[in-house]
Amino acid sequence: MALPKSFQDVILRLQSYWASVGCAILQPYDAEVGAGTFHPATCLRALGPRPWAVAYVQPSRRPTDGRYGDNPNRLQHYYQFQVLMKPSPADFQDLYLGSLMAIGIDMNLHDIRFVEDDWESPTLGAWGLGWEVWCDGMEVSQFTYFQQVGGHDCKPVSGELTYGLERLAMYVLDVDHVMDMPFNDPKASVPLTYGDIFRQAEQEFSHYNFDQANIASLKRHFEDAEAECAALLDTISHEDDSEEPTILAHPAYDQCIKASHLFNLLDARGAISVTARQAYIGRVRNLAKQCADAFLATEACQEPVSGSTA
Amino acid sequence: MTASYELLVELLSEEIPAALQRKAAEDFKHLMTSKIADARLTYETASAFATPRRLTLVIKGLLAKSPIVREERRGPRADAPQQAIDGFLRAQGLTIDEVEIRDTPKGRVLFACKELEGRSATEIVGQALTETIRNFPWPKSMRWGSHELRWIRPLHRILCILSDGEATKVVPVNIEGLIAQDCTVGHSSMSPEEFAVSCFDDYQEKLKQAYVILDPDKRAEKISVDAVKLASSANAELINDRTLLAEVAGLVEWPVVMMGTIASEYLSLPAEVMRTTMRTHQKFFSACDPKTKQIKKFIVVANRETPDQGATILAGNKRVVAARLADAEFFWQEDLRVVESDMKGWFEEIETVIFHDELGTQGERVRRITALAMLFAHQIAGADPKQAEDAAKIAKVDLMSKMVNEFPELQGIMGGNYAKHAGYSAPICAAVRDHYSPLGPLDKVPSEPLTISVGLADKLDVLAGFWAINKKPSGGGDPFALRRAALGVIRLVLENRISIALRPLINMAFSFHFGQSTDVPDSEEIETFADSWFDLTSSEQPNSVIDASHLNPTIARGLNPDPLVEEQSQDLMTFLHERLKVYLRGEKVRHDVIDACLTTSKSDDLVKLVSRTRALAELMKTEEGENLIQGFKRANNILTQAEEQDGQRYSAEVNKTLINTEAERALVAALSASEQAINQAIDRADFFTAMRTMGALRQPIDAFFDNVMVNTECLKTRQNRLSLLAWICQTCSRLADLSRIEG
Repeated sequence: MALPKSFQDVILRLQSYWASVGCAILQPYDAEVGAGTFHPATCLRALGPRPWAVAYVQPSRRPTDGRYGDNPNRLQHYYQFQVLMKPSPADFQDLYLGSLMAIGIDMNLHDIRFVEDDWESPTLGAWGLGWEVWCDGMEVSQFTYFQQVGGHDCKPVSGELTYGLERLAMYVLDVDHVMDMPFNDPKASVPLTYGDIFRQAEQEFSHYNFDQANIASLKRHFEDAEAECAALLDTISHEDDSEEPTILAHPAYDQCIKASHLFNLLDARGAISVTARQAYIGRVRNLAKQCADAFLATEACQEPVSGSTA
Repeated sequence: MTASYELLVELLSEEIPAALQRKAAEDFKHLMTSKIADARLTYETASAFATPRRLTLVIKGLLAKSPIVREERRGPRADAPQQAIDGFLRAQGLTIDEVEIRDTPKGRVLFACKELEGRSATEIVGQALTETIRNFPWPKSMRWGSHELRWIRPLHRILCILSDGEATKVVPVNIEGLIAQDCTVGHSSMSPEEFAVSCFDDYQEKLKQAYVILDPDKRAEKISVDAVKLASSANAELINDRTLLAEVAGLVEWPVVMMGTIASEYLSLPAEVMRTTMRTHQKFFSACDPKTKQIKKFIVVANRETPDQGATILAGNKRVVAARLADAEFFWQEDLRVVESDMKGWFEEIETVIFHDELGTQGERVRRITALAMLFAHQIAGADPKQAEDAAKIAKVDLMSKMVNEFPELQGIMGGNYAKHAGYSAPICAAVRDHYSPLGPLDKVPSEPLTISVGLADKLDVLAGFWAINKKPSGGGDPFALRRAALGVIRLVLENRISIALRPLINMAFSFHFGQSTDVPDSEEIETFADSWFDLTSSEQPNSVIDASHLNPTIARGLNPDPLVEEQSQDLMTFLHERLKVYLRGEKVRHDVIDACLTTSKSDDLVKLVSRTRALAELMKTEEGENLIQGFKRANNILTQAEEQDGQRYSAEVNKTLINTEAERALVAALSASEQAINQAIDRADFFTAMRTMGALRQPIDAFFDNVMVNTECLKTRQNRLSLLAWICQTCSRLADLSRIEG
């Protein structure tokens, strides 16, 4: 198979590949998140008994990783490609290897290794076992079998794949600095590099994240998001009995995501001491846990009823 | 049936973490063989192997069927109440005609005799395997898909066959739809096809043809041999790394060793940095120039052969290592910039970084360590207090460096490198580099006097600090590695024969922690008293109050410890003694011998304490020693009994005029002579002579007991003889509490 020519080519190939094996190709979630795992299509849908199979690109924000666009592979805004299949298929490893072939990695020439790396997200109350996948010594993906999310056992278990798209594409395209990577076809009428598109934003956001973000208002926003999340979940128990209460799991979870991102900003801003850090993480985890509890009570988490219509 | 079986089991899963494989293979063997043995199926040999994807077990010489067993149960007497007889029959599931009635000395008794049919190997193995898989002791296991089964990673295949040399049969096992077969697959990418096997030899051979080396030792050996060969082909020397070798052997089924050259722009990096970068991030081995020890090659172990002879794999790895070394080079250059500005940035930063919430900043810690290091240097031959000051002041600056932030395991090593760049003398660089050592019971103990001084200061400060805030190790919990620090103190002192009193220094360490941080004495204040300090604290007058009115109050408090310092310091000394016991037990010294010496001497000079212990251990190995103990115990018992009975203590004052036997006279003469000799030997810390002298008392003591009655009619004589016993006890007790010796 011919090698991809650009960053977007890698993305498009991953999307077509996972579509071809039966995944729904979703679009990014429209909220600031630290990783593709935070997308409700992963974090919430990994819960409950119903089968699920999705793949999507998720822009991810890690404020502390900003390097003003200078570092060859560190960015405060980058892309993850995320796959979630529930239950994890028996040939999940083979499906994954197929995706590497789809982006031009010749399995006969490369050394693919599954190196132990257990995954844990303290803010999501989630953990799983798996590996980081190495291609010729380079980490190209995280491969995880979810065991718990929001403190709940995953039954069935979801298989999750996360590709760090920039790093993977740089490897496949043989580029040393992320900003030099062709974003579209270099022969296109308007050839654009990754730097053309993101360098300025990386510089601006690095300044914002490290120096300018208003600590007091960030703290306030955090409190607000936390309160809103709790309030939304609280309506469940106070709704009057006349009709079934609508559980607002998704709106509440949006607030949880917000709180998590605000915490990351505060962290980058150096506004959180070592001891306070644990407390903040605990607060976000508590929200995630409650959202997971609420989501489990919704329609999406009931046993699928076959052959009947309401 | 005499034929014996060979059992072969393979459990094939997704990649098992390398660190767990060896233990898993052992557990697999242990669980299976014990279950099989419990079912009375005997076997000759069992071996287990692990690869990244397989756990394999082979058991040879297995019985085809477990032997018939006759089981006999004794019941009630034949004339027992009907109720008892019925109960027995019901429990055994027998009728009255099916039980035997035998004559016994207790009358006629019912016996239920059953013959248990032997069970087939197939049945026993099937059950054992099912139970083993369901209850495998993985430290952390997982579920996958919709299965309830737990394994380390998804379990995909079970191979389970019994063969008798002619025929092979599959043992029926079905775990959640996973059905045992007689086939497996080869290497995941080079030979993924399924193939059937008939026995272990066939299995191992076919695996090899399918690019899998089953035995981890053989994989490790191949890696090791090929790596050495490759390195020497490039005039380089492979740096041995057993831990890495074991890990890498657990990451590959078909090891292919390749070597690459490190780009010249990174050759200025310190060897340890290069090695750690490549080892931690890439699991590469390093090879160095045999003369300069500069690392120039990396050795990578791939898991496959390729049509391009590994060119793509090597190129990819080279790129990754170049990026990693570029990171390291960046850190190194950034750090050197700080070094060249006299480490100014780090000295400032160290004042702001918290060491521990309750123990202040790293800067405060460094001042305490500096003061202690100088005090140690004053007492350790060959250590210069000025150098100790310099070394201690920069001992922790590398914690502020970018490199140590990235690779915490390089602490100390980087410090040594930075010190060298800053132009410090070789002993100072060595002290900075090695002051954390020894890190465990097997780690090398530094022998440079300066390094010892800084190392002891560092460890005492950390011990006193966590003692002061009551974060002592408890049970299994020791989050601050204080046991390791204590062992470090013990090994530094003993293995370098540093014979010094530790208590005054421990007192000082506590005083530094209890006062205001600004009160920690600076080097000038240390010098004002340190020279005369050794005399002041000589063990002759341990409790004398020292005039410290003109000194810094923290020093004064250390010199004349108040009750708080005294109590904490005593407690820490007890902890050190406890750890010393553990250390000595590891050295195969009998625990009662250690106890006997520790009861007599709570010495804070560990070298003397251990010398005493070893001397007693030596004496105990001789016939004389053994007998002396018996003599001492006899004397001690008679004396104690008499003292209890008479309600008084007998002094060792013997009235020579009341002596009227030859044996008594000989004993008195021996005691007078040896008491003096023992005291002199103790003063010289010559415990071997002292113990030998004590051992020589055995003969006169034995002769005394053979010929003399202690409890005679004549009260005065009895009293005098009891005093003689008291004298024996007192003399021996100068050396050790022999009543603690067992047996």
